[in-house]
Amino acid sequence: MDSPGIVIGFYMMAGLVLGSGTLVFLARNLLHALAFLVISFLGMAGLFLTLSADFIAMAQILIYAGSISVLMVFAVMLTPLASRDNGNTIYVLPGLLAAGGIATFVGFLALDTSWSGPATDFTTTIDLIGNLLLGKYVLAFEIASVLLLFALIGAIMLVQISPSDPEEGEGR
Amino acid sequence: MSSDTRPATPMSRQIAEHRSLLDRALGLPKLVLVALSVALIGFVISQILIGYMVVSGQLDGKWYDIRDFGNAMVSLSDAINSSGMDSRIASTLTYLIPTLLGATGIVSVVGGWLLIGPWAERRLLAKFQIRQGPNRTGPFGLLQSLADALKLMQKEIIIPRGADRFLYFAPPIAVFIPAILGWAPIPWSPKMSYADLDVGVLFVIAISSLGVLAVFMAGWASNNHYSLLGAMRTIAMMISYEIPISVSLLAVVLLTGSTKLSEIVMWQSEQGVWLIMLIPFAALAFLFASTAEINRTPNDIGEAESEIVAGFYTEYSGMKAGLFMAVELGNAILVGALMSTFFLGGYTFFGLETWIPGYLILATKIGLVYFLFVWIRATLPRFRLDQLMGFAWKFLIPVSIALMFLTAIESSILVRWDAPSFLSLGLIALVNVAAAVGLTFVWMRVLFRDTDLSAPPAPILTRKMGGLQAAKVLRG
Repeated sequence: MDSPGIVIGFYMMAGLVLGSGTLVFLARNLLHALAFLVISFLGMAGLFLTLSADFIAMAQILIYAGSISVLMVFAVMLTPLASRDNGNTIYVLPGLLAAGGIATFVGFLALDTSWSGPATDFTTTIDLIGNLLLGKYVLAFEIASVLLLFALIGAIMLVQISPSDPEEGEGR
Repeated sequence: MSSDTRPATPMSRQIAEHRSLLDRALGLPKLVLVALSVALIGFVISQILIGYMVVSGQLDGKWYDIRDFGNAMVSLSDAINSSGMDSRIASTLTYLIPTLLGATGIVSVVGGWLLIGPWAERRLLAKFQIRQGPNRTGPFGLLQSLADALKLMQKEIIIPRGADRFLYFAPPIAVFIPAILGWAPIPWSPKMSYADLDVGVLFVIAISSLGVLAVFMAGWASNNHYSLLGAMRTIAMMISYEIPISVSLLAVVLLTGSTKLSEIVMWQSEQGVWLIMLIPFAALAFLFASTAEINRTPNDIGEAESEIVAGFYTEYSGMKAGLFMAVELGNAILVGALMSTFFLGGYTFFGLETWIPGYLILATKIGLVYFLFVWIRATLPRFRLDQLMGFAWKFLIPVSIALMFLTAIESSILVRWDAPSFLSLGLIALVNVAAAVGLTFVWMRVLFRDTDLSAPPAPILTRKMGGLQAAKVLRG
């Protein structure tokens, strides 16, 4: 039996995730939805912490709540009329269908899986993850880093001022 | 120049009549003097007693060992567990009581600092600028920040027209969350750490990335160009300077072989060396990038008051603006704590931590780093935005990454090489200092190979808007 603190923490975090997740699609302002999405990400990090997955929780905060949200902010900023009322769009029906499909899929998976797996003792996850990433799965790790390098070079190529035309792209 | 050659002004008379601190202290009432001397003697006696108890080993792990409040918490948990309570209630209590006490401690440290900090900063700045600073409210002006807070609270809350009310009211509270949460993994003594996480370094980086969004919301919801400009500048700067911070912390993790903050401190204590001696460039990069991260003065372009009013909190009034300023102060000592934990040996001082409580040593180090921040603020002018971004992307990041590779090689040698630590660590320190200096010079040569440094080019905006040219034309 888990200690009561973990149980209370789980329900608080689950409530936070579900509540703010609901508010994400109830909010009519895109930036309000984004704010609730960040709260939902933080709640997910809390859920990972109750599962003793501290590394993944920190990665969740760092990548999703810290970086992806800023990326979304810039995407919203570059969208005209971002703060208008987004309640009446034609994408409600396909959105609902997709959400229902994903919910059904995840629900079936959750019901189908046998959750009574053997519990292994570990003190910290960061050693295990580091050893696996740089040992067994080093190829995937390296491919991901090459992909990121391509993205970096591509971003530089897109905004580079060509040396033959120094005036281009400066004053616009 | 002697004073009698000038006519006496009120200022010069005040300076001539100014009494030193010792004079003023001796001029206190007799009762206060007696009480102070009794307190001093009592403190000395208690220190001698503590020293005797430390030597005789009577103090190890007892609850009254105030060198480490963690001892009291451990004793409390033991007492609760052995009292024959229901195990679930007992386990809840053993979590709940230390958690609440620790949270109270952290919040009171930050809150106490918010009372002393503004006064300390203004007094220090005044000393640097050869003036008096706030000295009228209370003894030595100590109540100045209290008066400021009262004044801010009384002010009218003005909401700009067209502001997004939800996003306008959330940020002053949201920026406080990382400023408080960041204190969690910092060890104040061997057992005195609120949450000694295994992923402490990652936690620090993750928490520092949370403030970005609150800043953006504040700037966007204010419906003001200055606010949005300030927010954009702050976001660009914070995102850029997160990379040097992460890379320099990676060098720390590589050398110490742990992401746990207490183990990083223990490593430095066991090796008898501070990491700033081994990886000086990483330490300085961390310090500089942190000043950008928390908007302090060489890098406070996000709220540069002479350019864009107050940056992202231009439209906030009263206590809301006060909260933003308070967060800045709180973040300054948080960065001081992180800097001392990672690079300055944390709560240890070469064995002194056995005699003096570790948290006092850490507090002293935090104070020294904070003094450095004030010194920088009083001395250096503000960087321009493009200079700051260029400094991060063209200089700090490449050089930090190159030196981080060097540190990785050294740490893998350090693990395998069975040499005495002063030899291996001394070699590492020498190699790192030489590499940092050499790389800096080489990289500067590469960066400025086409530039005549004696006649720097005008910035793009000035060229386009014709700042200097327009001035010349106007002058004729």
